[in-house]
Amino acid sequence: MNQAPLIQLQGLGKVYNPGLPAEVAVLKGLDLSLAHGEFAALIGPSGSGKSTLLNVLGLLERPSSGQYLLDGRAVQDLDDRALTQARQSTLGFVFQFHHLLPAFTALENVCLPGLARDGHVSSALRERGRALLDAVGLGHVMDRPSKQLSGGMQQRVAIARALVLEPALVLADEPTGNLDTASSDEVFALLRRMHAEVGTAFLVVTHDPRLAARCDRVIEMVDGMIASDRASAAAQP
Amino acid sequence: MAAAAVPGRAHWGLGFERRVALRFLLEGRFQTLLIIVGVAAGVAVVAYISALVGGLQRNTLEKTLGAQAHVVITPPDERVLPAWPAASDTQSLSDTQARAQRLRSLGNWQSYEHWLAERPGVTAVSPLVSGAALAQRGEASRSAAVMGVELARYDAIVGLRQRLVAGQFRLLPGEALVGQLLAADLGLRVGDRLVLNTGSRSDTVRLVGLLDYGIRDLNRRMVVLPLRSAQSLLDLPGGATQIDLRVADVWSARELAAGLARQLPYKVESWQETNAQLVSALNAQSISTTLIRAVVMVVVVLGIASVLVVSVVQKRREIGILRAMGVTQGQIMRVFLLQGALVGGLGAVLGNLLAVALIWAFTTFVRGADGQPLFVISLPASTAVQVSLMALVAGVLAAWAPARRAARMDPAQAIRL
Repeated sequence: MNQAPLIQLQGLGKVYNPGLPAEVAVLKGLDLSLAHGEFAALIGPSGSGKSTLLNVLGLLERPSSGQYLLDGRAVQDLDDRALTQARQSTLGFVFQFHHLLPAFTALENVCLPGLARDGHVSSALRERGRALLDAVGLGHVMDRPSKQLSGGMQQRVAIARALVLEPALVLADEPTGNLDTASSDEVFALLRRMHAEVGTAFLVVTHDPRLAARCDRVIEMVDGMIASDRASAAAQP
Repeated sequence: MAAAAVPGRAHWGLGFERRVALRFLLEGRFQTLLIIVGVAAGVAVVAYISALVGGLQRNTLEKTLGAQAHVVITPPDERVLPAWPAASDTQSLSDTQARAQRLRSLGNWQSYEHWLAERPGVTAVSPLVSGAALAQRGEASRSAAVMGVELARYDAIVGLRQRLVAGQFRLLPGEALVGQLLAADLGLRVGDRLVLNTGSRSDTVRLVGLLDYGIRDLNRRMVVLPLRSAQSLLDLPGGATQIDLRVADVWSARELAAGLARQLPYKVESWQETNAQLVSALNAQSISTTLIRAVVMVVVVLGIASVLVVSVVQKRREIGILRAMGVTQGQIMRVFLLQGALVGGLGAVLGNLLAVALIWAFTTFVRGADGQPLFVISLPASTAVQVSLMALVAGVLAAWAPARRAARMDPAQAIRL
């Protein structure tokens, strides 16, 4: 396995509206590392900076200070094109509001990252998309427009999409946040299964202590800092 | 771009942009339809107006130039030269009476005839003698404009053959073609004789054909004779009072005339100079057309832009998620530019069809008192292509600002909303 951590943060800070009266420090000097293939939960009260951290990790926002190594590479100074490239090659996203493109079918949504990368959908990519949709239990609806699917189904499509280019890390922001308990259990079980099958690292933001307990590692944030970072009961042999 | 091709499917680049742009347009079905119809209406108006004005101008030019030469060469005006150059220390008070312009021949015109015919752009050369006479029959007399021509050469200048309404198209010695109103005034029929009297000479000719110039004034005055008969009638043996030229491109006449005026000892006038008012009317028309085009183009640009601006706002989240999954700013930009181009292109196709329908309606339903179409209008392919390109450019131009806005959107913020 890779020796270098997948993610390494040193003194990472994020300040919004610097120099203005409305200045807010959201992240206050975080140190964190995440290994390849880990399955970690990120918990904490609202406003503790979880989503901001996820955005910074996802290269959607730039940190104001500190260092961020993604797969051994410093990314805070990359330009937009290089950041986009890094997102494409290394990261997958699952958001609370799944964000599928409603006009595309489930399979097309899953294949979109590949279409964007290559300019066409190769047969290999389409096969992988099919296999992933089968794996998330949606093989029978893959040619339906995504807007016709239920919330839980859409979230499962989003998970398949996040995995289609085989990223090293999937960032999930409350992936079960707007689902009922049954769907939410199902989706979470799916994340764990994909983790077991593909070996992708997952960082899952959640409010639900029940779900956090089913991750291998639980990182708790309070007020822009890491309050605790421990292996969860699920990881104990 | 795409090296690994899927069997049975061609890739022409921009695969991602093409698909997403098409889906976005299909998704906003009603909006898309509205704006395409809007663009089509704009394109149709521009194409129709261009065709209409083009047809009108062609028609006007044909009518005007049907009866006159493109370039006319005449002897220079005779002027009175000052007899005594004024000495430097004296004041000269003189009153010069303008000279009467007598009818005279172009000096040495035969030597220029061939040279003129060889000028680039010149398609016909016709020397002629023209002057005034009284046309008489019995008690009746009318003033007439006598024109002596070599019939075939003159026909090449103004297309006289098509204006023959009765009799034969020929001019043997002693024969004349006469404007139909003049013939009516004198009670002449084909085969009748009339007397032409210039005051100093007179000649009797036989009417062989009636002409309708489409212009009342000419129909009332014209008498066309063989060149030699006219030369002797007007007392200009071997002379020519003017040389008419026809050119291939009517709009080049002015330039050609200016060039000839520098090289010849004669006065050279193009039809543009003799019809200055017509030319400025035509120019004013062209300017109006250009103005209408510009205004319609601005309206089309604004229409497409407003729809795309709304679409960018509606699709913030989708743009955000696309950016998160590794879609570049350039790709997002091209998605929206392509939408503009598609809307412009489809609008252009539809608009041209609409214009063809309008033109058909015009030529079918708008008729003159005689039941004939007022004039022929058609949509030349070049105009259709030009207008379509304009719509396409307008589409891309209109999409520019919204596309930039979409591309520069902060993905984190777009997703959060």
